Amino acid sequence: MQKEIAGQNVEVDAEGYLADLNQWNGEIAKAIASELGITELSQQHWDVINWLRDQKASGNELNIRKVGGSGVVDIKQFYQLFPGGPLKNASKIAGLPKPTSCL
Amino acid sequence: MENPTKKIVIIGAGTAGIMLSNKLVKHKLDVTVIDSSEVHYYQPGFLFLPFGKYNLDKLRRPLSKLINKKVTHLRDRVASINYSGNSLTTESGQEVGYDILVIATGTHIDASATQGLSGAGWRKNIFDFYTPDGAMALREALQNFTQGKLVVQIMDMPIKCPVAPLEFAFLADDYFRKRGLRDQIEIEYVTSLSGAFTKPVASSKLGHLLTDKNINIVADFYVEKVDPEARKLICYDGREVNYDLLVTIPVNAGADFLHNSEIANELGFVEVNHGSLQSTKYPNLFAIGDAADLPTSKAGSVAHFEVETLVENIMRSINGQPLEESFDGHSNCFVEAGGGKALLLDFNYQTEPLEGRFPFAMFGPMKLLNPSRINHLGKLAFRYIYWYMLLPGRKIPFIPNKMSIKGKKQPKIS
Repeated sequence: MQKEIAGQNVEVDAEGYLADLNQWNGEIAKAIASELGITELSQQHWDVINWLRDQKASGNELNIRKVGGSGVVDIKQFYQLFPGGPLKNASKIAGLPKPTSCL
Repeated sequence: MENPTKKIVIIGAGTAGIMLSNKLVKHKLDVTVIDSSEVHYYQPGFLFLPFGKYNLDKLRRPLSKLINKKVTHLRDRVASINYSGNSLTTESGQEVGYDILVIATGTHIDASATQGLSGAGWRKNIFDFYTPDGAMALREALQNFTQGKLVVQIMDMPIKCPVAPLEFAFLADDYFRKRGLRDQIEIEYVTSLSGAFTKPVASSKLGHLLTDKNINIVADFYVEKVDPEARKLICYDGREVNYDLLVTIPVNAGADFLHNSEIANELGFVEVNHGSLQSTKYPNLFAIGDAADLPTSKAGSVAHFEVETLVENIMRSINGQPLEESFDGHSNCFVEAGGGKALLLDFNYQTEPLEGRFPFAMFGPMKLLNPSRINHLGKLAFRYIYWYMLLPGRKIPFIPNKMSIKGKKQPKIS
């Protein structure tokens, strides 16, 4: 379905995750972050977002342990930066699919 | 033209390793399987052991009866691999050369990866059920558990059979209900993911199951440490979950010799092309089953569907032909829902589990993503299919390697 985010029409799934990571940009990231209650994206937020996008683009699956071992943040900081559910929220802001299990 | 001099070495005689070796010998190749075990377990049966169904004898067979006599079975463990020299060394010091190497070492639980998990509470009030010992120890613990809080909990993804913890929670609800104890026992499902069901159609279709069974869910809970004295799980964001009996799915990891190796990721799973199963580092190296870092379920059915692709690609590799990227992530499994019913799932990399009929589009007889008695009977019958058709490398009628979209309902796009 189409959704207007930061004044741009993008394709999203039922839960608001971008369907096409190429439609993503910084303004969209800020708008999604704001919807999730993160009012400002710091440099550290961006470092995590860029790292997640790089990993996905290289075909690597994401999990919290991997983020913790990335050298960009540790898991505690990851929870502080993206409270609630860090991997699902950071993925959403980064324009990536929702992390899922098989069911 | 056959090339009998080519030597294929498979490390691991689990579901994938046995199926693959039995298929490859039919191509007149020199096949060696390296595995120190004498027996093989039907692992889907571990789910039922804690509830007093089955005994271990029903779930194990000697490997010698499962592997084709023409396959050389080397009872040893791999210590190291010389990838550029096409040879490996075993723990007993044997050097084994190969033309093609397949890693089929599966995954195992690593309780030591989480602080406090393998300490004072392990197998006292903390249990796993992904191992025969763990499942049997849990059986005794459940028998003695008459009141308090049972927590079923997942440390991290990926795990072997991602739905098994959910099935465990459903079966535990049944088990205590039948014993007349359910009112005295609280059941909580704790997961590092955003919910018990994370795919949209499954969530909308099955989301009610936990509520109906009065199972509380705690999501996005990634355990930093376990405090066995206080009997609590502590999340990285400070949240805590108390338990009286903890059934945990510890971090899953690949074989020890793969950790910190150039061919595997941080959890010890071999990095492969998702369609061809060829290593991203060495052309004569492949991985199959749980040992591969594929973005699909770690399950026997996935290994089963991978085998066709891998046999084809090994033959192509031997004959100097380009490989096929034909594995589509197909997975097909039964999910116990409690009450003598089960669901059936059929999905792949691209398509989430959907509703519909299986294996025949209009007739079924099995319904996808709906709890039914026939699916439960299918799950029980699968043990025979496993021993007599799957492991010997025979084709299972009507179940294609590639997932079919026929008989599946596409979700409405709003």
